[in-house]
Amino acid sequence: MSPLASLLLRDVQIATRAGGGALIGALFFLIVVVLVPFAVGPDLALLGRIAPAILWLGALLANLLTLDRLFATDYEDGSLDILLTGRVPLELVVATKAVAHWLTTALPLVVITPLLGLLLNLDFAAAQPLALTLLAGTPALTFIGLIGAALSVTLRRGGLLLVVLVLPFTLPVLIFGVSAANAAIVGPTPFGPPFAILCALTLASVVVGPFAAAVALRQGLD
Amino acid sequence: MELVADSLACDRGGRNVFTDLSFSVSAGEALTVTGRNGAGKSSLLRIIAGLLRATSGSVLLTGGQRDLSLAEQAHYVGHQDACKPALTVAENLEFWSCYLGGKIRSNALDAVGLNALADLPAAYLSAGQKRRLALARLIAVRRPVWLLDEPTSALDTAAQKMLAASMKTHLKSGGLIVAAAHGPIGLSRARQLRLGGA
Repeated sequence: MSPLASLLLRDVQIATRAGGGALIGALFFLIVVVLVPFAVGPDLALLGRIAPAILWLGALLANLLTLDRLFATDYEDGSLDILLTGRVPLELVVATKAVAHWLTTALPLVVITPLLGLLLNLDFAAAQPLALTLLAGTPALTFIGLIGAALSVTLRRGGLLLVVLVLPFTLPVLIFGVSAANAAIVGPTPFGPPFAILCALTLASVVVGPFAAAVALRQGLD
Repeated sequence: MELVADSLACDRGGRNVFTDLSFSVSAGEALTVTGRNGAGKSSLLRIIAGLLRATSGSVLLTGGQRDLSLAEQAHYVGHQDACKPALTVAENLEFWSCYLGGKIRSNALDAVGLNALADLPAAYLSAGQKRRLALARLIAVRRPVWLLDEPTSALDTAAQKMLAASMKTHLKSGGLIVAAAHGPIGLSRARQLRLGGA
């Protein structure tokens, strides 16, 4: 197995085994979505209208919740030191870790979104474009968060700092994700432009994130 | 092959740890770094492994593989054992072998006496067993430079003998070792480098 494939497999294994973080994000997402109807009240029309925003907010926060462990566990048990002495460029190493995190945290959210949409009076047909925007947008959240995770890795209790650092940069993703989902569900604006911008944000963060995170890690280890 | 350190200096948190440190270790040689607590033994090893930047000076490996950096030809075993509690002993070693690349030797678990525990999650290992698992990396993947930070800590006498034997084999096959230690690590002919004055 190649070094990067073995790293991907290891991170997925750790996340999906007992004590791993894979289900924490999905559970948090579920809790948010279940609580909202109780807070908003029984107005079904209102619930349907705000459903895309609620689901996107839930996805964003669920993602942030688990991101701070992305490098922290490897830092604490000394694995990060050994990862740095590998023969693979650090940029690819951090990108692989981000992919593993996305697969275990964000992908389950995307999969259960149509189901959770029902709780928010969003029928199955309408929830599908919403799930599509989450599928296209959540990699941006992970790769932007990657930079924050790398920056906060050497700080104790860096989790809160991570949220403060990362949240402003995820706002564009949230804005275009929700507007693309709204355009698909209620209209009248076209779905294409905001969705294209959302995809562009993802592509840009996939390119920039690993480089910035690798620089942050190299600086942080001093 | 020769590891050459030229007038190294190291600052930690604004405090000067050591200055003007020069030494060389050639193939087949071992160097034990000694000194009081805080003398900079671990910092020196981390500088050689490329995990810490020296304030000034340089470390070079001459005669190694040309396209690889010193860190990429070195094994670094620090204070932590880099074992994932959720993975089994065999999975932990297999991951590091794949990740570090190069020639993989399959008898590494045997050599450190963990073969019977191969399918046990690493969470259940004792400190000494975790240490053995970390040292199994050295045997599983061949790299010419071994950087060992107090390798004998938490090891029982049998494991210390095992470690000494594998270090001797490594030296015979043309490798070199830099080890930080407080006590003897089982290499009678190792040269000594004392940090922090006399």
